[in-house]
Amino acid sequence: MLYSEKVLDHFSNPRNVGEIEDADGVGEIGNAKCGDIMKMYLKIDDNIITDAKFKTFGCGAAVATSSMATELIKGKSIDDALKLTNQAVVEALDGLPAVKIHCSVLAEQAVRSALSDYYTRQGIDPVPIVGEIKEPEE
Amino acid sequence: MEKRFIYADNAATTAVSEEVLAAMLPYFREGYGNASSIYKLGRDAQRAVEDARDKVAKALGADPREIFFTSCGSESDNWAIKGTAELMAKKGKKHIITSVIEHHAVLHTTEYLEKHGYEVTYVPVSDKGLIDPEDIKNAIREDTALVTIMYANNEIGTIQPIDEIAAICREKKVLFHTDAVQAVGHVDIDVHRQGIDMLSLSGHKIHAQKGIGVLYVRKGIALPNLIHGGGQERGRRAGTENVPAIVGLGVAIEAATRDIAAKNAVITPRRNRLIDGILKLPYTRLNGDRDKRLAGNLNISIEGIEGESLLLMLDMNGICASSGSACTSGSLDPSHVLLSLGLEHAVAHGSMRLSIEEDVTDEDIDYILEVVPKVVERLRAMSPVWEKMMKGQKYE
Repeated sequence: MLYSEKVLDHFSNPRNVGEIEDADGVGEIGNAKCGDIMKMYLKIDDNIITDAKFKTFGCGAAVATSSMATELIKGKSIDDALKLTNQAVVEALDGLPAVKIHCSVLAEQAVRSALSDYYTRQGIDPVPIVGEIKEPEE
Repeated sequence: MEKRFIYADNAATTAVSEEVLAAMLPYFREGYGNASSIYKLGRDAQRAVEDARDKVAKALGADPREIFFTSCGSESDNWAIKGTAELMAKKGKKHIITSVIEHHAVLHTTEYLEKHGYEVTYVPVSDKGLIDPEDIKNAIREDTALVTIMYANNEIGTIQPIDEIAAICREKKVLFHTDAVQAVGHVDIDVHRQGIDMLSLSGHKIHAQKGIGVLYVRKGIALPNLIHGGGQERGRRAGTENVPAIVGLGVAIEAATRDIAAKNAVITPRRNRLIDGILKLPYTRLNGDRDKRLAGNLNISIEGIEGESLLLMLDMNGICASSGSACTSGSLDPSHVLLSLGLEHAVAHGSMRLSIEEDVTDEDIDYILEVVPKVVERLRAMSPVWEKMMKGQKYE
């Protein structure tokens, strides 16, 4: 498995690991069967993501994509975070092995899942804004 | 704690030993003759090949004429299984028995045969990873062509009751092949005494180079030729002999089988210390029978973490290990061997295999036992699965 230096860096020194106690949105994606689970916590002030943290059970790429995704959305507006694609995560990590691309999709979906929870808590239907959350195939 | 480099993945491959390399080197630049050539350079090469064949035969308790050099263990497995299938189909026998924990070189071959009109029975294993010979006995039918059961498992190291299985096959007059890639050099083998009809082995697991293997075929079995061409390997597996690799394998198997008991007496206590040390961590389990296993093998599931992450972190600490995690295989499913023991997917994903030899010292064991708990703690701290487990919740 050939990982880029950046993937290995984000795996060995993951940014934003942990939980946010008073998070405004918490999302979780994946299942133990497929071997990857990501949990993402967001703090949102005035439509700005002021903090993002994650916990991940999974391979090196799963940890690295979670780490990079939180880095890419921190300080951004919700609108910008919704534009985060898995390709952007892959590019920011200088690429991923083909069999690991699904990890970047999980990271993208974990962000959307947390934002979806944020809207639900506000009493707003998240689907028109965030869209459907795609669970990985088993 | 000073960082060390510890190679604990000998079940994956081994380093070519100095002894083997020294024996091989003259056959690259000086003794480079084609073993089929008539002049001295060729004759010397042929002598070297036959000398290696004698060594392999002696190590296995076979006759040199029963030893065929191949390119790897997978080739040997393929030849034995597909060859026997072809041979026995002429007698209307198109049923094969194997087990659920075989190496893919066997399983993907039997799956291929299933697509070509053969029927295959896959016998299960116990939760300790052992095959019950009775299951083999009960699976044998009138039209059974072959029983193929691995000698020792590559992931969990369990040693199968080969003598009993061979005896059953002998009694029922069914051919018996064993994939002994992981067993040779770690377990005493005597194919004639044990009644083994065919046996596959691989050089690079016993300190020879990669790209050389052997298939032992008992005299009298008319296994169809694998490669058609020249008269090499008595016409059954044509192709110019890889003389240096064959010479190396001869030296390697001689060394590997020299004093197995003494070697295992050194390795086993160290391996046991590793098992006991790692099992002190909560939510861990040893996979495979504790006693009926290869001396250097341990396979432990560590709940709440995923195998590839664990391997990467061990690598950062200088430890080479292996895992049954899906992520190391490129598929989403964890190891078929671990699942066959009845492990849940999440548990199977968090497994680690160490396979040590004598060069892993007591100090190395101390080091591994210092590193593993730290790495596990770190990964569990960032694991949502572990978090849920600690709250008493279950993961689907």
